[in-house]
Amino acid sequence: MTILRCHPGIGPAVGGVALVAPDNFSARYDLDRNKGVFSRPGHALVGQSYDSRILVLNDAKGGVATAWMLHEMKSRGIVPLALVFNRVNPILAQGAAFGGVTMVDRFAGDVTQLIRTGDRLRVDPAAGTVEIVERAGERR
Amino acid sequence: MRLNDEERAILAGEAGESRRWAIQHQIQVGEFFDAADFVTVSQAHIMADTESLGEAGVAFLEALAAAPEAERRVRVPTLTDPRGLDFAVYKRLGQTDAMAALEARAIAALRAFGVLMTDTCINYQTILPPVRGEHLAMGDTGVVVYSNSVFGARSNFEGGPSALAAGLTGRTPRYGFHLDECRRATRRFRLDSTPRDLSEWGALGGIVGRACGSYWQVPLIEGVETPPGSDALKHFGAALASYGSVALFHMPEITAEDAVLADPAAATTRIDRAELDAFSAAYAAVGDKVDVVVFAAPQLSLIEMQQVGDALSGRTVHPQTTLIVATSPEIKHAADRMGLTERIEATGAIVAAGICFYQSYAGELAEVNGWRRLVTNSAKLTNIIGGYGYQPTLMSLERCVAAAIAGRIR
Repeated sequence: MTILRCHPGIGPAVGGVALVAPDNFSARYDLDRNKGVFSRPGHALVGQSYDSRILVLNDAKGGVATAWMLHEMKSRGIVPLALVFNRVNPILAQGAAFGGVTMVDRFAGDVTQLIRTGDRLRVDPAAGTVEIVERAGERR
Repeated sequence: MRLNDEERAILAGEAGESRRWAIQHQIQVGEFFDAADFVTVSQAHIMADTESLGEAGVAFLEALAAAPEAERRVRVPTLTDPRGLDFAVYKRLGQTDAMAALEARAIAALRAFGVLMTDTCINYQTILPPVRGEHLAMGDTGVVVYSNSVFGARSNFEGGPSALAAGLTGRTPRYGFHLDECRRATRRFRLDSTPRDLSEWGALGGIVGRACGSYWQVPLIEGVETPPGSDALKHFGAALASYGSVALFHMPEITAEDAVLADPAAATTRIDRAELDAFSAAYAAVGDKVDVVVFAAPQLSLIEMQQVGDALSGRTVHPQTTLIVATSPEIKHAADRMGLTERIEATGAIVAAGICFYQSYAGELAEVNGWRRLVTNSAKLTNIIGGYGYQPTLMSLERCVAAAIAGRIR
């Protein structure tokens, strides 16, 4: 079991499966929010569903729309379970706070390298920890 | 966060539920960024297009706006960013009555807060430019980067909920670009070639933005020998913020503050003509049919409206191509009065007020109109619109107009 430490974050503690890429993120730029998939050509996760996954990405992109959009996505039940980033901008933090979406950032290393797609995680924003409960491919 | 007596009273609900929600939201964000306290702001600016809000966001605004008037009125002048729909042209664009109805509900709610419906992302050109050192809560990345850099004002990116909260409390958490230590230059660039038009200033913003790639980076751009003008810095800043999430840049002798390098030994990245050309060339599609030509993002100044009118003058937009010009309500009124709107629309183009295209259900418009190839002189729009299913091409204003007339990229 590995525990990664980060800055205290926003939202409730959650557990789920990671979807990881070294790319940056904006809900407006990168998502087809009706279909619940990454839609931007060139994004490492294009075509993949983000619904109920813990997104592990690098940083936030420009644009302020994500501050409303996480709330709108959550109201329709097609939303990431949590956002785990190396560093976020104010918009992602504001959007997570407004939408009640779990989010953490500021790790000692590059979190997109420390976590792999399919890893089972537990994210605890109050404690400032992300626990890798089970590595992908090591399911019991 | 350290709260004063007034802030504690607001948090305790003594100023009503709307303000209690507002300060609670702000404390949550402020503590995430280790803000020590609040700073009072003189203006707020809310991005609240209905495509982003959705039904859930509009319902949230309506619930907050239902409070008694004394509890819901904003405490500082609060403006709006472009809306999702212009009631005068929405049917011509293929937007629906349901979109218009949602927009009308959002407007009614925002007015109940006492928000000024300016519907603009160029308020620094048209409404009330900030002054150096003024603390703001601005809700459009282009507005923030221009206000911080060109005027030396102090704002973070404030998304719609946070900007509304700032309007309701008259303050914002003191972190990020409100603090001196975040305003030092962290990256150093030197121009070996000067951009020749607005699309190239946007391209330069894209190049520097990609290299920075973070809100917490502040580029210093040297080698700009002649002040490029407000529209050029508008396109540069908007693209910088879009491609890089950057909120502040310094250009010695041009922008407001004396740039201090966080690391005086920082290496310089040079940007030459080949790199500027390659940026636009990556989006080239010579020979392609053009579905839609867009002049927006940011909204056009009066000078740009005249430039579009001059370039179009006496010609006709191709019947298989739609040309959209988006500006602010203030500039639209001026353009009407000066005959520019009539001159542009006589060619078959559409002049929209109070929208900015990408905030206007761009995905739905692509589907209903069969639009795919989009041509624009806005690097910011080029960056955003791919996720909505468009294939964007970045060209000069004159080449965009030529493509609109021919219906093809020449």
